[in-house]
Amino acid sequence: MAQEDKENVIDQPEVIRHRMVTIEIAGKKYDVPEGITIIKALWYSGQEVVRGAGCLGGFCGACAAYYRTKDDPKVRTCLACQMAVQDGMSITMMPPFPARKATYDIQALKEPKQDLFNLYPETPLCRNCNACTEACPQQIDVREGVWKAVFGDFKSVSEMFMDCVMCGMCTPVCIADIAPNLVALYVSRAQGAHFIEPPLGLDTRIKEIQDGRFNDEWAKIFKMTEKELADHCATVK
Amino acid sequence: MDIHALQQIVHSTRDARRKQTIPKFPPAEQDQLIHKYHPDYRVSAYRPIRFGPNADDKTVVELAALLEGDSPISDDSDLTPDYTTDVLVVGGGGAGCAAALHAHGAGAKVMLATKLRLGDSNSVMAQGGMQISVASGDSPVTHFVDTLKGGHMQNDHDLLKVMVEEGPSIAKWLLSLGVLFDRDGDGNLHVKKGGGSSKPRLLTCSDYTGLEIMRVLKDEVLNQKIQLLEFCAAVELTSDDSGNCTGAIFKDLDNHRQIVVAAKSVILATGGIGRLHIQGFPTSNHYGATGDGLCLAYRMGAKLMHIDTFQYHPSGAVYPEQLIGALVTEGIRSEGGHLVNAKGERFVNELDTRDVVSSSIIRECEEGRGIRTMSGRIGVWLDTPLLDAEQGPGTVEKHFPAMMLQFERFGIDISKDPVLIYPTLHYQNGGVKIDTNSETNVYNLFVAGEASGGLHGRNRLMGNSLLDLMVFGKRSGLTSAARAAAMPHGKLTLGHLKRFRAEAKKHGSGSGVVSPMILPAYTRRED
Ligand SMILES: Cc1cc2nc3c(=O)[nH]c(=O)nc-3n(C[C@H](O)[C@H](O)[C@H](O)COP(=O)(O)OP(=O)(O)OC[C@H]3O[C@@H](n4cnc5c(N)ncnc54)[C@H](O)[C@@H]3O)c2cc1C
Ligand code: SF4
Ligand code: SF4
Ligand code: FES
Repeated sequence: MAQEDKENVIDQPEVIRHRMVTIEIAGKKYDVPEGITIIKALWYSGQEVVRGAGCLGGFCGACAAYYRTKDDPKVRTCLACQMAVQDGMSITMMPPFPARKATYDIQALKEPKQDLFNLYPETPLCRNCNACTEACPQQIDVREGVWKAVFGDFKSVSEMFMDCVMCGMCTPVCIADIAPNLVALYVSRAQGAHFIEPPLGLDTRIKEIQDGRFNDEWAKIFKMTEKELADHCATVK
Repeated sequence: MDIHALQQIVHSTRDARRKQTIPKFPPAEQDQLIHKYHPDYRVSAYRPIRFGPNADDKTVVELAALLEGDSPISDDSDLTPDYTTDVLVVGGGGAGCAAALHAHGAGAKVMLATKLRLGDSNSVMAQGGMQISVASGDSPVTHFVDTLKGGHMQNDHDLLKVMVEEGPSIAKWLLSLGVLFDRDGDGNLHVKKGGGSSKPRLLTCSDYTGLEIMRVLKDEVLNQKIQLLEFCAAVELTSDDSGNCTGAIFKDLDNHRQIVVAAKSVILATGGIGRLHIQGFPTSNHYGATGDGLCLAYRMGAKLMHIDTFQYHPSGAVYPEQLIGALVTEGIRSEGGHLVNAKGERFVNELDTRDVVSSSIIRECEEGRGIRTMSGRIGVWLDTPLLDAEQGPGTVEKHFPAMMLQFERFGIDISKDPVLIYPTLHYQNGGVKIDTNSETNVYNLFVAGEASGGLHGRNRLMGNSLLDLMVFGKRSGLTSAARAAAMPHGKLTLGHLKRFRAEAKKHGSGSGVVSPMILPAYTRRED
C-alpha cells in the first residue's frame, strides 16, 4: 500500500493515538478503542461473531443492535457495523425475531391490494403508536408506510421502503403484531409486478435478439483475428 | 490539519475544474500505468501454486496457501447423508438464489445451504447497477465489445456472448418478480453510464440495486419453500469413483456438527475473496468472502483461471475510520464526480476502467500528491458536492440515498463535503473455469457467480457482475435440474481428497493451513 513520501505536498504526519473507552456489551464491561464500530468492538473484546454480522457494509441488516449512551435512558437501535462506540455506551445485539412471513405466488395474484388483507390480516389493526418508526435505523417512516399500504398506495410504500435492509427492528416493538418490513416487501413486489407497465423497449430488444438481428455483427466479430478484434475494440469510445 | 481544512482545496478549485476535460490515456500509457502501480503487478505478492490442477500458476500468496491447504475432513469420515437432494446450491447470494429458483422452477428438488443468513453476501451491497443492453442505441454486441476491452481481451468469448445475449430476458424475469428498476418518463428502463462502457447501460434501483434484487430473490426463495440450511459452511465436496461430484460436507456453525448432503449435482455460488485482505488491502466485501468455493473446487480437481488478477475498486472510503474499505459507489463518478489530488488537480479521466483509475490514484499517493488523514491513512478526494453544483441542489441526496445515509451516521454531509478515497479490494476477476452451462471440468460440479472465472477476463467491467450472477445462476440451475431427472445418486467418497493429500505429500506437504477459511480471524485473542 501507499508508502510515506518525503515530497508529499500536504503531509499530515500526526497520527492519532487510540483513546480507550469503556463500553458494556450484553451487560459486561470492556475497554475498546474509541470510535471503532460496534462489530469491531465485539471482535476486539474477544467474541466470536457468527450471527450478527453479514455484509459489514450497512445493507444486509444482520447486525441489528440496541444501544444506550451514557446517562441517557433512551434505548436506540442501530446497525452495529455502521455505529461507532463511545464511552459509557451499553450495547446488546438483537436476537432473531420469529415474525410470520406469508407465502404467495407474486405473479398469480389477482387483486394484490385486496390480497394484502388475506396475507397479512393484522395490517389494518395498526394502532398508530409509531414505535416502528422510532425503531428503524434506516430512518424510514414505517408507521406511515403501514397506513399507506392499508390505503392501497403501493407506489409510495415501494419508494419509502427502498432503504429497508430487513433488519426486522420494527417488528418486536409492534403492539399489533405487524411485521411492517414484510408487509412492505409484499407491497413493493406487488407494485413492481402488477402496477407498473412493462417497458416496451425491453420486449423489442428481446425480440431483436430472438430474430437474429445482431447475427451479422456477431459473425463479423467472430471472423476477426485477435489483432483485428483488439483494434476494433480500441475504436469504440 | 483537520479534514475540513484539507477539503478547502476541493471547494476552491471546483469551478476551474468544471471547465476541464481530461482525455482517457492512450492504450500504451494505460499499460505503463497499470504495470507500474496496479497491485496485480507487485511481484513480491505472488508465488506459484505448488501442486493441484493449477500447479506452477502464480497467484497471491494469501490464496496460494489456502488452495494448498488441508481439508478439515478426515479420509475415513462417516459419509452417511443427513439430507438427499437433486440440486445442492452452496451460497445464498445472487448467484445462489438465481440457481436455486431456476432449478426449483424446472422441477428439481433443491437445497440451498449458506454460511451466514440467506442473502448475507456481496450481492446485497451492489449499488452501481447491472449492465444490460436495453437502450435503443445500444446492442448486445456493443456490450460484448466494451466488456472485452475492459477485460484486456482475455474474456472467454463464449461465456461473454451468452451473458450479453441473455441479459434482456433476465431483466424481464426480474421485473416479473417485482424488482423496481428505475424508469424513464416514457416507461422504459432508465440506463446510466458506467465506467469503461461506451453506452449508458446500467439498470439501477436508485443506489440500492443489489439490495432490491436480493430482497426480492430471497423472498421468492422463501415463497417457493426451497429447503434452506443457514449458518452451514461447506468444508468439503464428495466424489464418486470416477471423480464426479456427488455432494458436500458442511459444518454447522451453530453447533459445530458435520452435515453430509448427497446431491446429483452441486452448484458452488460462494462468491469472492475480499476478506483474505490480499496485500493488506481493506475490502468492500461481506464477512464471508473468504474464497471457500475456490478451495473446495480445487481439491476436487477443478481448474481455476485468471486467479492472478483482482479488482481494486478505485473508491474505497478512507475517512471516517469506521468506513475504511467501504465502497463509495462508482455512480458518483458516472455522474461526473471528479477525482482530485492534494494540489486540487484532476489526474485521470474518472470514467476510465477500474484498473486504470485505481492505478492512477495509487500513483498520486505514491508520488506525494495524496492527502493524509490524522490516523495516518492516505487517499485522494472525490468531489461529491460537484454533482449538486452541476445538476442542482439535492442531486446527491436524490441519486445516492444509501451513501448519504452511510456518511451522515458519522456526521458527514457528502453533498457539501468531498470524500477521501483509496482503492479497496473489491472483486476476484478470475475463479473456477466454467463452460457456458456454468459447469466445471468436474462432472456435476457447477460454479456460478463471482467464484467462477473466464467471463470477465482480467478486469471486470462495473455492473457486469450482477448480470453474471443471474445468467450463470440460471444456466447452472437449469442444466443441473434437467440432468437430475434421468440420473441416480452417485456414491459418496473422499477419493479426490485422498489423491489431493497424496499429491501434497509428494510436494513436501501442504501449506500448513486448514481451508476453507469460513470466516476471517478478526477476534482478538489476547492483549
Ligand atoms: C460493495 C460492493 C458493491 C458492488 N457493486 C456492484 C454493482 O454495482 N454492480 C455489479 O454488477 N456488481 C457489483 N459488485 C460485485 C457483485 O456484487 C458481486 O460480485 C456479486 O454480488 C457476487 O455474487 P455471488 O452470488 O457470486 O456471491 P455473494 O453475493 O458474495 O454470495 C456468496 C454467498 O456464499 C456464501 N458462502 C461463502 N462461502 C460459503 C461456504 N463455504 N459455505 C456456504 N456458503 C458460503 C456467502 O455467505 C454468501 O451468502 C459489488 C460488490 C461489492 C462488494
Ligand atoms: S423498516 Fe424495519 S426492517 Fe426495514 S430497515 Fe426499518 S426497522 Fe429495519
Ligand atoms: S408499531 Fe405496529 S401498531 Fe405501532 S405504528 Fe407501527 S405498525 Fe402501527
Ligand atoms: S452487517 Fe450487514 S448491515 Fe451490518
